Amino acid sequence: MTRRDREVLSFTFDGRPYEGRQGDTLAAALLANGVRRVATSVTLGRPRGIFGAWTEDPTAVVQIDRPFPEPMVQATTIPLHDGLAASSLAGRGRLSPDPDPARYDATHAHCDVLVVGAGPAGLTAALNAARAGARVILADDRPEVGGSLPDTGEPVEGRPGVEWARAAAGSYVALPDTRLLTRTSVVGYYDHNYLVAVERRGERAVTRERVWRIRAGRVVLATGAHERPIAFAGNDLPGVMLASAARAYVNRYGVVPGRRAAVFTTGGGSGDAAHDAARDLAAAGVEIAEIVDARQGGLVTGVRGDGEVRAVLIGRPGGPAREVEADLLLVSGGWNPVVHLFAQAGGELRYDDRIAAFVPGRPPEGGQSVQVIGAARGVFTTAGCVAEGLAATSPPDLPSTVTRSSRESRVPVDASAPGDAPAREDAGPSGEAGAQPLWLVPADDYTTHFVDLQRDVTVADLQGATSAGLRSVEHVKRYTTAGTAHDQGKTSGTLTSAVIAHLLGVDVGALGTTTFRAPYVPVSFATLAGRDRGALHDPVRVTAMHDRHVERNAVFENVGQWKRPRYYPLPGEDMEAAVLRECRAVREAAGVLDASTLGKIDVRGPDAAELLDRLYTNMISTLKVGAIRYGVMCRADGMVFDDGTVIRLAPDHFLVTTTTGNAAAVLDWMEEWLQTEWPDLRARCTSVTEQWATVALAGPGSRAVLAALAPALAVDAESFPFMTWRDTEVAGIEARVCRISFSGELAYEINVSWWYGQALWDAVLATGTVTPYGTEAMHVLRAEKGYPIIGQDTDGTVTPADLGMDWIVSKKKPDFVGKRSHARADTARPDRRRLVGLLPEDPDVLLPEGGQVISTGHLPPPPVPMLGHVTSSYRSAALGRTFALALVAGGGNRLGDRLYVPVNDTLIPVTVAHHVLYDPESTRRDG
Amino acid sequence: MTADPHANRISPLAGFAGVSDARLDVREIPFLRQTNVRADPARLLPAWADRLPLAPGTWRRSGETDILYLGPDEWLAIGDLTPVPAEPRADTARRVGQDDVILTDVSAQRTIARVAGPGARDLLAHGCALDLHPSVFGPGRCAQTMLARAQVILMARERDEFWILVRASFARYLAAWIADAAVDY
Amino acid sequence: MLLIPCPWCGPRDEAEFHYGGQAHVAYPADPAALTDEEWARYLFFRDNPMGPFSERWNHTSGCRRWFTVTRDTTTNAITPETSR
Repeated sequence: MTRRDREVLSFTFDGRPYEGRQGDTLAAALLANGVRRVATSVTLGRPRGIFGAWTEDPTAVVQIDRPFPEPMVQATTIPLHDGLAASSLAGRGRLSPDPDPARYDATHAHCDVLVVGAGPAGLTAALNAARAGARVILADDRPEVGGSLPDTGEPVEGRPGVEWARAAAGSYVALPDTRLLTRTSVVGYYDHNYLVAVERRGERAVTRERVWRIRAGRVVLATGAHERPIAFAGNDLPGVMLASAARAYVNRYGVVPGRRAAVFTTGGGSGDAAHDAARDLAAAGVEIAEIVDARQGGLVTGVRGDGEVRAVLIGRPGGPAREVEADLLLVSGGWNPVVHLFAQAGGELRYDDRIAAFVPGRPPEGGQSVQVIGAARGVFTTAGCVAEGLAATSPPDLPSTVTRSSRESRVPVDASAPGDAPAREDAGPSGEAGAQPLWLVPADDYTTHFVDLQRDVTVADLQGATSAGLRSVEHVKRYTTAGTAHDQGKTSGTLTSAVIAHLLGVDVGALGTTTFRAPYVPVSFATLAGRDRGALHDPVRVTAMHDRHVERNAVFENVGQWKRPRYYPLPGEDMEAAVLRECRAVREAAGVLDASTLGKIDVRGPDAAELLDRLYTNMISTLKVGAIRYGVMCRADGMVFDDGTVIRLAPDHFLVTTTTGNAAAVLDWMEEWLQTEWPDLRARCTSVTEQWATVALAGPGSRAVLAALAPALAVDAESFPFMTWRDTEVAGIEARVCRISFSGELAYEINVSWWYGQALWDAVLATGTVTPYGTEAMHVLRAEKGYPIIGQDTDGTVTPADLGMDWIVSKKKPDFVGKRSHARADTARPDRRRLVGLLPEDPDVLLPEGGQVISTGHLPPPPVPMLGHVTSSYRSAALGRTFALALVAGGGNRLGDRLYVPVNDTLIPVTVAHHVLYDPESTRRDG
Repeated sequence: MTADPHANRISPLAGFAGVSDARLDVREIPFLRQTNVRADPARLLPAWADRLPLAPGTWRRSGETDILYLGPDEWLAIGDLTPVPAEPRADTARRVGQDDVILTDVSAQRTIARVAGPGARDLLAHGCALDLHPSVFGPGRCAQTMLARAQVILMARERDEFWILVRASFARYLAAWIADAAVDY
Repeated sequence: MLLIPCPWCGPRDEAEFHYGGQAHVAYPADPAALTDEEWARYLFFRDNPMGPFSERWNHTSGCRRWFTVTRDTTTNAITPETSR
């Protein structure tokens, strides 16, 4: 379809309205409208135009304003669409303060063969592999297949190239288990043939962009080659353009990028790409002023023009220059195979003198299986590329991972194509001509010889770097920023290496390139975030009673991934008032807490007791069936890891609870010891965290509440003593009731099947005498009793003894995990930080958690000796004042001492107290 | 006390409307009995050996019960698991009968989301890194893996029908994720 | 994203596993008999070779089994050590 037959689209650039055509990129449409200056360079503020025609372009970086602001996008890759608004940039762009309304997602894919690039080589390889029965994915970043064929108009096998490509793609997608991903850039090549691609599905698609995570049996890279620039004075002026880009604008888009063109070429490519470009431009009506061929000694020494090219200076260094009028200068400095993904995969590059470029060398080791074909390894003829595609995917070259063996494996496309061997020798005429490449045009002043147009890096900058003594291309890159822009050095990388090599007088092959890293093209954070945003950002775990908490206006806190009610404010209450009220209810009447989030692990087997003896610091095997024991686990380094209760259900059957956040870690910990150190122990661990919903009923009134709900249960303290459990019915629901307290009050934990959690909650509240309380009140109540919260009052450097819990460490057991570490001199130091209570002298002052504790009433000059820090701090209804827990050096020996906690500019005096501040004799636990 | 002992039970996805269109059907299958089975496969009684799938990543129907391989000494039974009679062994020094097999009721630990239809595979692929191609993960296969950010047990039932067993606390997250993914199908 | 061969579940993405560090570091038979230095060596000292390295992985999102592989730290090539 010719340009004039395509749909007209309206867009604006820098606020001015223009029209383009369906199928245009923004760059093509701008050129069609005669807009040549589209950006301003980031450092030097020089005018910049359109230099390339696709992802290699380093200059035409613009801001998209509508439909949604997107900064720093290449105009050469933006598909034009109706209503698009964009504007020119000077380097940095502008992010939108609003959330992006478009949808982004990700998906996984698997294949036997992933082919990257749908040019003649890639299309042939994909079709051939699919015909052999492989599961194939063919990905290409263009909207249509064919690679460079639409740019060059070259024929394939006697058919117009574009027609050939469409036919091949049609045959390919008709085969089973094939996937063709157009507008899809493979941006990263990671370990074990894991590749990441970004598909741009368009503004009208439900999902604007999609990340593909592809695990491939084998990867065939047919990524083509980029034409490269030549460094000469003023080579950044709008109107200077890669010859291949100009040819693409004419042939692919039907856009004429200028009126009168000069051509500056070093030769190279298939046939001679620059001469072919000149021929195509001439056919499109562009006047060709002159072709300057470096092989014949011709040089472009500069350009003239204010803001864009008006004339080209042709001559010899130091000699007189001829001025030739032209508004377009096509540049062709040779071709760089696109080796980015091969290098990312761990492949080594080698410098090929025949084409004066880096090509794939030693393939990567490890779990990578990759092959490079076509122009990406320096084969620049179409017939050669087709032959390479065939050879790469012909049995027995196909991997053994091919799932179905026998589909007809016909050799397609071109009977005259050479077999696999000859193609590797077919490097095109550039092979002979490229021996003496031209990287830069000699001059006295190199301050406008640009090597990296996006980063404004010139030959003079590289000279500065090498004069400063830098010898490594990686160092020069960091010194000058060459190649660090988001074009990833596509046009600048090899040129930079070559100029540095020239300056240092070394061989460019020995100097090498900088490291190739993902992503090959820029990827937005919105794309990477995908659907993991908002409510789906991280799983929200809820209990069976969650809806009831919501109905009661609970304020939630995140505990791990769980949502737990922090407090339940009544109308007019703030957090402080609500928590004080909830605490008072538990201390004076009865409260109810959703405790379902505690981790629960079923431990069973003849050696279950032995396993638990080895993992807990205290003795578990002596626990009687029907009884419950509190236990602490340490890591091998002796530091507290988790705590919880152990319930003995049968001689060989225990139920272990863990802290909410540590449930998975404790199960992993048990399995690790069981599987790797003690496989002889006959014990099995099974997570049952969500099997049970748990309601904690606490307070002096809780016995009466339970008695009313569980008529069959004898609830008096003698029949149902502290730290025992009973199976019964509660509110008509099968339940296991445990007499456990985390508040010091008479308390019960009622466990029922998750399915009945809400029914139990409702039944408890229906008694009308119970106040729901949240985790904040729970924290206050336990802190008043000096019960630590693992992970809040501990930080991985705290032993049980540091918590004042020497009593929980068995002296009788020959060993348990952590025991040896408790015998180290360091863990017996008298000045270790130990858990103490802190009472601010002003009972209304609430200490900040994390506050440092010091010994002096004034701040000495730094470093200030730190005694420890505040781990928990609350306002207590029961104590009628504020209080805190803290880890303080030599804590137990400081009881009654006055210490200080610096807060902003003041030092708050506090008195050290025992960490159990409420009911130290535990008179309240039986009600 | 109500006449129906189950009247006040609530499944984790009771509030999930499901997804229903030509390409995709998603709904909860609540309240199935589930039992975790732990045993040493080398010491199984014949009656158990016949019921438990020993090939990794497979499940097998045994009567009315589907039994899924979870690990080399772990299975999950969905449906009522009728007891296997204890068989005395000649070697009395070894423990006999069901002591060798540990059964744990985990009926409420996970609920089941059924995802079916021609779009099921593509939908799951958004969050599951496994190769779900029918030649790799066809009926009879099962796997413990991640779906989105939740651990799941994935079970291939029929060609385009999967059961996803998800822990009760993660069920709403996963249902929301599925419903959101379904927008594209 | 490494592809790690779980002996039971087959090859799975690295994200399904927890790393367990150097393999073959056994819990000492009698910790009480060790000097503080020997104990510290068990707790804190691990090899960090360039090349083949025996290391443990746990398939936490799958079968929860621990197993051992040899991974070449220069190429990430993985060879199973644990067999079924």
